[in-house]
This record gives sequence, C-alpha cells and structure tokens, in this order.
Amino acid sequence: MSGVLILEDGACFPGKVFGYRGDTQGEVVFNTGMVGYQEVLTDPSYAGQIVVMTYPLIGNYGVNGEDNQSSKPHVKGFIVRESSSVYSNWRAKESLENFLVAHKIIGLEEVDTRALTRHLRSRGTMGGVIKVNSSIEQTNNNLKPQNLVEEVTTKEIRHWPGEGPRLVVMDFGVKTSILRNLLKKGFDIYQVPATTGAKEILALNPNGIFLSNGPGDPKDVPYAIAAVRELIGKLPVCGICLGHQLIALALGADTYKLKFGHRGVNHPVKDLLTNKVYITSQNHGYAVDEASLPKDVYVSHRSLNDGTVEGIRHKNYPIFSVQYHPEAEPGPEESKYLFNRFYEIITKAG
Amino acid sequence: MPKRKDLRKVMVIGSGPIIIGQAAEFDYAGTQACKALKEEGLEVVLVNSNPATIMTDESIADRIYIEPLNLETVSKIIAIERPQGIIPGLGGQTGLNLAVELAESGVLAKYDVELLGTKLDAIRRSEDREKFKTTMQELGEPLPESTIITDIIDAHVFADRVGFPIIVRPAFTLGGTGGGIAYTPEELETIVSLGLNASPIGQVLLEQSVAGWKEIEIEVIRDKADNCIIVCSMENFDPMGIHTGDSIVFAPTQTLSDKEYQMLRTAAIKIIRKLEVEGGCNIQFGLDPKSNKYVVIEVNPRVSRSSALASKATGYPIAKVATKIAIGYNLDEITNPVTGKTTACFEPSVDYVVAKIPRWPFDKFPTANRLLGTQMKATGEVMAIGRTIESALLKAVRSLDTGVVGLTLKSSGSWTDVELENKLKYADDERLFAIAEAFRRSWTTKEIADLTKIDTFFLSKIRNIVNMERNLREQSLTQDLLLSAKRMGFSDEQIAKLKGLDPIEVRRIRSHGNIKPVYKIVDTCAGEFEAQTPYYYTCYESENEAQFNPKPKVLVLGCGPIRIGQGIEFDYVSVHAVWALEEAGYDAVIINNNPETVSTDFDTSDRLYFEPLSLEDVLNVIEQEKPLGVIVQFGGQTAINLAEQLNALGVPILGTPVDSIDAAEDREKFEMLMNELKIPQTKGRTVTRVDQVEAVANELGFPLLVRPSYVLGGRAMRVVYNMNELIHYVESAVDISSKHPILIDKYIKGKEVEVDAIGDGENILIPGIMEHIERAGVHSGDSMAVYPTQTISIEDKEKIVDYTEKIGKALKIKGVFNIQFVVAGEGVFVLEVNPRASRTVPILSKVTGVPMIKLATWAMLGKSFTELGYAPGLWPEPDYVVVKAPVFSFEKLSMVDTSLGPEMKSTGEVLGIDYTFAGALYKAITGTGAKFPLRGNVLVSLAAKDYEEALPIVRGLSKAGFNIMATNSTAAYLLGRGINVINVPHPEKLLQKGEIQLVVNTPKLGRSQATKGFHIRRLAAEYRIPCFTSLDTAEAFLKTIDIGRNSKKLKVGCLQDYLKKSG
Repeated sequence: MSGVLILEDGACFPGKVFGYRGDTQGEVVFNTGMVGYQEVLTDPSYAGQIVVMTYPLIGNYGVNGEDNQSSKPHVKGFIVRESSSVYSNWRAKESLENFLVAHKIIGLEEVDTRALTRHLRSRGTMGGVIKVNSSIEQTNNNLKPQNLVEEVTTKEIRHWPGEGPRLVVMDFGVKTSILRNLLKKGFDIYQVPATTGAKEILALNPNGIFLSNGPGDPKDVPYAIAAVRELIGKLPVCGICLGHQLIALALGADTYKLKFGHRGVNHPVKDLLTNKVYITSQNHGYAVDEASLPKDVYVSHRSLNDGTVEGIRHKNYPIFSVQYHPEAEPGPEESKYLFNRFYEIITKAG
Repeated sequence: MPKRKDLRKVMVIGSGPIIIGQAAEFDYAGTQACKALKEEGLEVVLVNSNPATIMTDESIADRIYIEPLNLETVSKIIAIERPQGIIPGLGGQTGLNLAVELAESGVLAKYDVELLGTKLDAIRRSEDREKFKTTMQELGEPLPESTIITDIIDAHVFADRVGFPIIVRPAFTLGGTGGGIAYTPEELETIVSLGLNASPIGQVLLEQSVAGWKEIEIEVIRDKADNCIIVCSMENFDPMGIHTGDSIVFAPTQTLSDKEYQMLRTAAIKIIRKLEVEGGCNIQFGLDPKSNKYVVIEVNPRVSRSSALASKATGYPIAKVATKIAIGYNLDEITNPVTGKTTACFEPSVDYVVAKIPRWPFDKFPTANRLLGTQMKATGEVMAIGRTIESALLKAVRSLDTGVVGLTLKSSGSWTDVELENKLKYADDERLFAIAEAFRRSWTTKEIADLTKIDTFFLSKIRNIVNMERNLREQSLTQDLLLSAKRMGFSDEQIAKLKGLDPIEVRRIRSHGNIKPVYKIVDTCAGEFEAQTPYYYTCYESENEAQFNPKPKVLVLGCGPIRIGQGIEFDYVSVHAVWALEEAGYDAVIINNNPETVSTDFDTSDRLYFEPLSLEDVLNVIEQEKPLGVIVQFGGQTAINLAEQLNALGVPILGTPVDSIDAAEDREKFEMLMNELKIPQTKGRTVTRVDQVEAVANELGFPLLVRPSYVLGGRAMRVVYNMNELIHYVESAVDISSKHPILIDKYIKGKEVEVDAIGDGENILIPGIMEHIERAGVHSGDSMAVYPTQTISIEDKEKIVDYTEKIGKALKIKGVFNIQFVVAGEGVFVLEVNPRASRTVPILSKVTGVPMIKLATWAMLGKSFTELGYAPGLWPEPDYVVVKAPVFSFEKLSMVDTSLGPEMKSTGEVLGIDYTFAGALYKAITGTGAKFPLRGNVLVSLAAKDYEEALPIVRGLSKAGFNIMATNSTAAYLLGRGINVINVPHPEKLLQKGEIQLVVNTPKLGRSQATKGFHIRRLAAEYRIPCFTSLDTAEAFLKTIDIGRNSKKLKVGCLQDYLKKSG
C-alpha cells in the first residue's frame, strides 16, 4: 500500500507503508547508524519523532528480546529505504515488521531516504505526517509536541538495590543500558519520575543525582530545571543528553535547537581533559550554548564535527555531564570510561 | 602532534609486479601516499620494479627507482639517497617484508633511516605467528586452536589432537600462498610440505577450521595519540573457508546486530592498540552464526586489498591518512577531504550497499582447478554500489565483463541436479550462479543454506532476483514491473533477454515511462554533511545529485577488473588521459569499477562514476554528462568493444575513427588494407569446415598458428608442426562451424618486434621499438622484451618505421596504436595492429620521456605534433637499455600448464634498466622475484625437436659451473654430445626435496596433462623453482650469470637521471 511523508514545508516523499497501518505525525529526524535500529526504536529520547534511517537496509537481523532500551518503541514513525522481509540472526525473535505491528508503529519504506536526509540537512529538522494512500492534503497542525517527558518517565519510584553509594536517577526517559551501566558500578539506585521535586529527592538520602536522557526540548521540563537548581551545591550531579542540557539550564546557561541534530554512532568527541578523541553514540536535537556558560563551568568535551559542546564540568562543585551516550547501545563502547568518572565524582564528593 | 620537522626525504617501497594476491591496490595506496608526502613538502624517493604503475611516474615521486625489490638493491638506493624515513606499510606484503629485512640486516641503522608509521616490533608481533598468538592470548582475544610447526611430524600430532579439517597457513606469504584445508592425513602431508617450502622462514601455522562461520573484516586506523577509528566493516557472502580475496564481500556488515558489531569493533580496537599499529590495519574475524563466539583470524598491519576496497566503499582515503600519520599527524589534525570541513577522526557512515566480486582467471586457464579455498586465485576484483543488496550484486556481476547476463551462465540450465548440488557444496567461481539456478529449480533456501553455509539473508536476496526473473518472464512488461526490475538492479539486457526484446528497445520503453537512473554521491557521512566529492553511483530513486556542468568535457572509459591480458597498464593510461584532458582545459569524466585503481580515486578525475562498463551504464552517464566525446583507446579491449555500438547510437568517439578500429580488428578488411599498402603480412586463412583444414595447411605450409576466431572458454591458441597435430587440434580442441570459424596462420619462427606509436591524424610519432627475447609464438605479454632493440638491423628497423607510418596514416590514427611484427630471414611481416593503448605504453612513456598519452589525448582534441612541439618519426634511442620481464602466478593456480605459448598467462611485469643489456636483463629477471640460482643443479628435459638448439645453452650452463641433470632421452642426447650429465629418470623427488635449483623444460607436442613434462613444470611452480620453457629465456639467463655473481658492482639508477643524461 502506498503512503507518503509530507513535511511541514510541503515537500513530499512517497513510499510504501509497512508495520502498523495508519497516519501519524511527529518531528522528522534522521539517524546515520548502520546498525542498532532496535535500540533506536526503543530509546525513549525518540518519543514524538519520526525517525529516518539513512542506511538503506533495515530489519536484516530482525528484533530480539535483549536489545530493547525500554519496554516498547517510542518513535512516532519509522522511515526506511527497504525493510527486510527476511531476517537472519541467531538472537532474532521476530521480524521488524511484526515488531512494529505489535507496537502500533507506522512505517514507511521504499522512500528515497537519502533525498529526505539531504532535505532535512539543508532545511533543518521539521514536522511531518505519514499518510496512507498518499491523499495529499496539507495538514497544518502545530507539530511541536508537548509533555513528551511525562509520556516516557517512570510513573513511580523504583528501587534497584546495589551495594555502593545511593544514586537518584531522575528519569526523563532513561535507557535501560544507562541503568545497567550505573548498576554495574555498584550504585544503589532510586529511579524517580521526572516531576519529582528536590525535597523528595533529598528525602531519599542519596549520595548523588543522575539526570537521564530523554526526549524533546529541555525547556519543556521547567520543573526539572528548578529541582536541579535546588540540588546543585548540595549533592554531586551528573547527567547524560537531556540530563546534561537540564544541568546547563539549571546552572544558568542556555540551550538552543540544532539545525538537524546529531543522531548516529559515528560522532567524534574530544575529551579536552586528555585530548583523546572518542567515537560516540549521539541522539540530540538541542545543544548547550557555550557562550552562555557561567564562568565557573567549563567545556570538558567537544564535538569534532561542528565544535558544539558535548560535555561540561563545574570548577567548584561535583557537577559533570555529557551530551552523548557513553552507555552506547547502539554505538561504540569506548566511552564507558565516563561511568567511572561519574562514579568518582559522586563518591569523592559524597 | 603536528608534522615532524626532522623529515625532509622519505622513501616509499612499492609492491612490485602484479601477482595473484597483490594487484593494483598497492599502486593506488602508493600513489596516494606519494601525493600526501609531496603535499607536505617532502622529497619522495620511490622504489618499485613494476613499470606499469602510476606511482612510478615522474609526476608522482621526485626520485624514482625502477629496480628489483630486494635487500641488495634497495640498500644501494638508500646509500645514495639517504632518506630520513621509510614507509613500510604501503607496498603490500612485499614492501613490508623488504622493510623488515632492511631493518633486521642493519641497513636502516647504518644509514640512520627510521621506519615510519608502524614500528618493527609491531610488525613482528602481527606477522610472526608465535608472537601474534602470545599477544592475542595476553589480550584474551580468542584464536582458533592452532600450533606452529616447522616439521611435518608435528602436523600429524596436532591433527590427532584437534581433528580434521585443518587449515594450513605458511608464515610470511602473500594471499595465503601454499596454504589450504586438509580433510585427511594424506592431504595434510601434501599441503604442509608445500607450505613449509613456500614460507620464507619455513614456518607453517596449523589451525582448527572454523569453516562455515561468518567472515567479518574490519579496517581500523590508529594514530600515535592512540585515537582509533573503524573505517569500514565488511561481511563475506562466502563464509569462512574461502580466502577473503576469493569471496564475494558486502560492506558494511549486513547480518550483525549492534551488539555483535560492537563486540568485534571493541576487539579490533583492543588489538590495534596492543599491537601499536600506527596507520591502517585490517583485522579478520570468524563469527559463529549461532552464538556470540568469535575468533581472530588474521591481522595485517598495513594497507591491503581490503583497505583499498574500504577506501572506495566509503570514500575515506585510508592510504593518505595512514601516510599523514606516519609523518607525525594525529587523526584529528587531518582534514576529511570529502567534506573539507570535518576531520579524518570519525567513522564513515554509508547509505548504500557495496558488493565486491573477485575476477578469476579461469577463462584463460580452462584446465585449472577452479575450486576455491584458502589459496587465493583471483587476479582482480570489481566493486559496485547500490541501494540494495540485489542491485549492488547485479551491477558487480555486470562489471566483471565476462559476458554473463544477470545470474545465468550459458551452462546453468544444463547442469544436472547432482552437478548443481556439488557446485553448491564445493565452491568454485560459479557458485553464485549455481545458487540462482537452484532457486530457479525451486530448491528451498534452507536446502541451499545447508549445502553452502551461506547466510539465509544473502540467499534470500538471490531468491528475490530469481523471483523477479520469473515475474518478468511471466508477466507483461508494465511500467511498474519495469521500475521494480530496474530498482532491483536488472540491466536492460537482462530484461530484454527475458522478454525476447532488443536491449535498446527496453531502453526506449523506459524512457517513455521516464524510468531513468539518478546519481547519488559517495560522501562518507550518509548525507549528514555537504560533500565535495564528485564520486557518483546510479540507482533508480527520486533525487539526482549530479548537477549538470556545462563545461566542455570528455568521458574516458576505464578498463574494469585486473585480469590476465588487461592489467594495471590500462589504469595508467586512463589516468594519464584524465590528466591530459584537465591540462587541456576540459573536464575529465571517468567510468570504472575496479576498486584497486588510481582511476577510481575520487580526486583523480573531475567526476568519477563507479559503474559497470556495459553499454547501458555508459549511455546513462553520457546522457547525464553530455560529453563532447568518448575516449575508448585507453580502457583495453573492454572499452574498444563498446566503440562501434556507441558510435552507431550517435555518440562521438574521439580519436581514431571507428571504421579504422574495425579495419584493424576485422581480419579480411585488415588483409585488404595490407595488400593495398603492399605491406607483407603473415599469411592466414579462416576455416569454417573440418574438410578445408588440410588444403589450407598444404597451401600455407607448416608450422602453423591455429586459434578459434574468438576465444571460447579460454581455448588456447596453438602452434602446430605437422598435419597430425593440426587435425588433432581441430577435432578435439575446437568446435568448428560457420559461426565459430578457426584461424590458421603461417607461423614464422622469427624475432618478434613491437611498436607503440602515436598518430595525430596526419603524422606518426614512434617513441620506441621493442624487441622480444622469445621468438614469435610466445604471447607478447609473456615474452621478455628489450628496448632499444639489440639484434634488429638498421634496414629492418627502417622497414618497421615505414610500415608503422603507412599503417598509422592509412588508418587515420588519432591517438595511440600498437603493431606487432615478426622479423625473419625473409623480411618484416605484420602480425597484428591494435588500435588502442597496449601493455607497453607505460614502459615506453617512462623510459623515453615521451608523454605518449598526453600527446595521444591532445591529438584527439585536434592538436598536431608540430603544435605540441614534437617531431614525427622514430624517437632517438637512448644509451641505456631496458628489459621487461613477465611475472606469473603459477604456484597459486594448480593444474595450469606453465609452458609459454601464444595464449597469455602472466599476471604482471617488471622492468630492469641499466647501461648494459646484460645488466638490464639481470635486473629484470631478479626483479620478477624468482630465485634464480648462480650455481647448483639444473634439470634439463627437452622435446626432441629442441635438442640441437638447446645444446649450446646447456653447454654454457655446464661451463658456468652448474651440474646438469637430465631425463632419459635428453640425458642420452647430451651425453652423446660430450656434456657431463647425470641421468635422473624420476626427478620428481629431487624437485620436492629442493635438490634442483633450475629447470629447463620445453614442452613436447600435444601438451597433455599426463606427460612427465607437465608434471615437472607443475612441481617447479609449486616449489618455486625457476623453470624456463622457452630456450630463448634460458639463453637470456645464461647472459646474466656473470653479472649475478658480481651483483655488488651493479649500479642502481634513478629514472629522472637516466632521462636527464640521455636528453
């Protein structure tokens, strides 16, 4: 069955629908990873987005029971050049198509995804709708999605017991692999809803706070910024991705929307402390504005591609965060050393 | 760290002649390296014995030594040039081994030369099997159960412990030379003894087989600061058990999830860090398809065939970056030339699929054992880019230029089910087509997977292709169906065949429906950043990224994969044509599909189309680019074959008129022309019926040269000496009919002479005349040749010049052409005219200093020699001598007869330059890499017809101190002529034991594989004992013995100095 993606600016990209049948809308973004579609689909940070995979063959190794980054896929739509009808991998449980159908995710294939990517690259990320049967009528919805974090955060406090220091993980849509890596360090983890206030967090008597990844514009979660602002100076604070942006905002810095974001597993980041370059997994549409950083905060990691801020550290307080994903999944595992750094910062201060 | 300030002069070692396992990829790597060094203001000294390369061109390096790649010679060059550093990792295994030898022998220390890039210790740790094993064990990286042995007895002990099959790999050899898989104790015995012999250090690795596992390759780069990146991952279609050089390969990996990919990526980085490789490195893994178990198979601490493929597959210039790292830069200090903005410190992401298919020489060697295993047999490869597996695969098959349409061989349908099953089970070069045939017969994916061990993912793609074949055959050709077929990569020809149409008709239907390809850019970053690269491939999608550029431009057709008879020399001429066009103010557009070459480097031409060289694909590019003309002279026979069809479709062909090309290639037209010009030609007849043969033979007189009018399945040409042989040939070797005539020519046993010349439409310039060492009857590609001529009289030379000018003028040659003559007592005869660049153009261009391709290209653009400042006629001959020698890869091709004849068998060539003929000869024959002995035992085994002629040569060898051994009747003959000879009726064991250092064997008539001669020649090839099958070659060798014994005194010379002194 034919379908079409219609972008906010009117551009149309025809294809064939696959997965769940229906119309959908969201912010259209592209990801350049050649493997890792299952992780992308289930990463809560993609909530509200229609994801375009630049690699043309998706679904080759099916979907397995182990690689999910949360309980279900969060993308609003999934666009590929070819969804493989045959999959082959010893861990695979089902085909990509089945997985999408089961989770009611709408897919569009046979799309000139390179043309679409080039369009987004030059015009910037924008909203779009996937329509079945290409009945092209301009829908002029306000595509700015609201309350994405509330959709993906945990509804209640969850305890992941560990032998080590106590860590409160503010869940804005945390990836399973982040929790797993923190648990591996031995933290005693309390995963709390995004709306949890500073007092409630302190009541859990933690040694440190960890702000997770999550979807959307950090400014859409002002309550979290307020909570973090209150915690700064009282507890060590670390964060990844959206968590990093929230820390920056809480410190008084500003964030801005990138033209087309960083989404992929090949992004070089320089650790300015060691001058070593790491190939990193990234997924963000916003970035911290370097010029707005207060004097006592310095840039610890920087993107080699566009020079944007990829990590910040506070000169006086135990505060450290990165924009990218040291937990990988998908992507290179070489930045896992950052979990040691988080651990050090939290334990030393505590 | 930025560039090192202490380096001013750097030496680059090339990889020598093209052999199986080491092809044009190292010309690409070396050329890129030299350019990168010059860009940094460094003086580049280059040594390579291969004259057909671009790297040995004056514009690429400052000091070029075309000299043998051995310790003695390179030491002399180092003593003269005194470079501060030497880059070992760019000349393949040959360059790496030589660099290690230079270091270990103390030469580098003596002259204070530093190994740049990967250090000696690191090279040893990855190359020496024992050290490698220890290193991997320290890292905890799994290896297959293995052992290193130096004695055959230990092989059996190991086999008793781990069981069969067992993989045998000799240490320090190319492309798995001498290796194999043993399934039984007997096989183990044979392979191990060969392997021990093939290894320069007499070491062999025995390994538990992981045949059937996925074979994954990863290309890694590391800098001094320990930054590491993965350039490309590749997954072999053929699982473990078949050499990766003989496997169909896809990039990136297709069936690995992120978990598995990252597991191997992490392992690769761990390994390259531990080995401390500085530069590029290739790591091969075997991955269990049913668990996350993996094993490290091999690490190459240098650029390789796979890294050339990875560079072309991603657009990431590995050799260039590796070179910059070697001279001090870190990855983040090097700009990514593709984006011009980002750095080289990132991992390419591709948004297409790349397929590589090897090109095997079995069309030339019908008797060869075609089974594929751990010994690489391919001479070259093609690469294709598509947006799906199916389209990349079908494009790659088309690029092979073997005449196969789609996935159907001419013989596919005639295989019995049992044959088909065997073809699936025991892989040979036709397995891909066998899989398609099995699907056509409705065999299930599972059945095929069980037989082939190929992943069902890949098999399902072939099934898709076969299903599309069926749809096309059974359904009417709607625009929808046509579009689906085109998106899947079907060629017009393939669709036409299935529908019973003419391919041009399919093209017409397509253009009615506006089903046209679009071009996408290869940009290393999947569209994330704007790219500067003019590097395109086609697909059938919506957006065309190739912007039409109105600047006048010319399309140059490349030559496709390296194969016997069409090698790297055509890449040399293609690239020179591009340079000449650019210099003349035109945009140069190139089409080629060989990932190993310089011509497919995106910064060589103004626009590169990485596409098959079929009519359809070429027409597509012409429609896109609208060039003012197409150059077909420089792409070998592949390009020439397109001339007529392109011309008929109204595409302007630049240079020599298409009529003239036809007149040179069509026998009858050519004969008429020679008669008109009163130029003697060897007499010949075309025969279509068996009963005509005898009359023709009587008319022409023996000996005769016979061959099919077109080469069918590699059926060879033959020289026959009497009626019996002729009849036997006609009855058994060829299928004679009016459609398949055979050609019978008078064979003149004279000296063969070759001329490369250029025409500007009016005048003819002859850069040089080369004389073959072997008499006519040996293919020009397989003969040694000398320039200037040594034994041709002035009168004969004048005749040659006169005939060349007459023919060139009559054919209105604009561009290059090549004529082969035979000079005999009765005069000078024309053998053939090739209206295109020949194999010897690079040699003559280099040693005469005449920029042949530039002149040819400019002539095509309308310039005359006078305007260009060149005088017509024969170019003055120099006071130095150059000798070209062919190089064979027989040891890798079992069951191939090594004797020289009219059918070409060599894979590459080397050049020797010196001020004496003997010196140049010596350099050429040692340059081939064969170990020519200066003393020891010579085995002589001759056909009776050659006794008399061989006598002085054998006497010469005996006088020079060699012990002569001979087989029965040869021994009796020699003894009777007073030569001290040992009769060895059964020399096989002596050959195996290494007690014979040289073989002189001329084949008996009939050339059966059952003869003793054949067996001796094969043993010599397998045990790497030099073997002369032509007495002329043996005689030439005799001339070099004195020089060889005083080789220390022989001087080395730089090409630039030779030309300066001579000019």
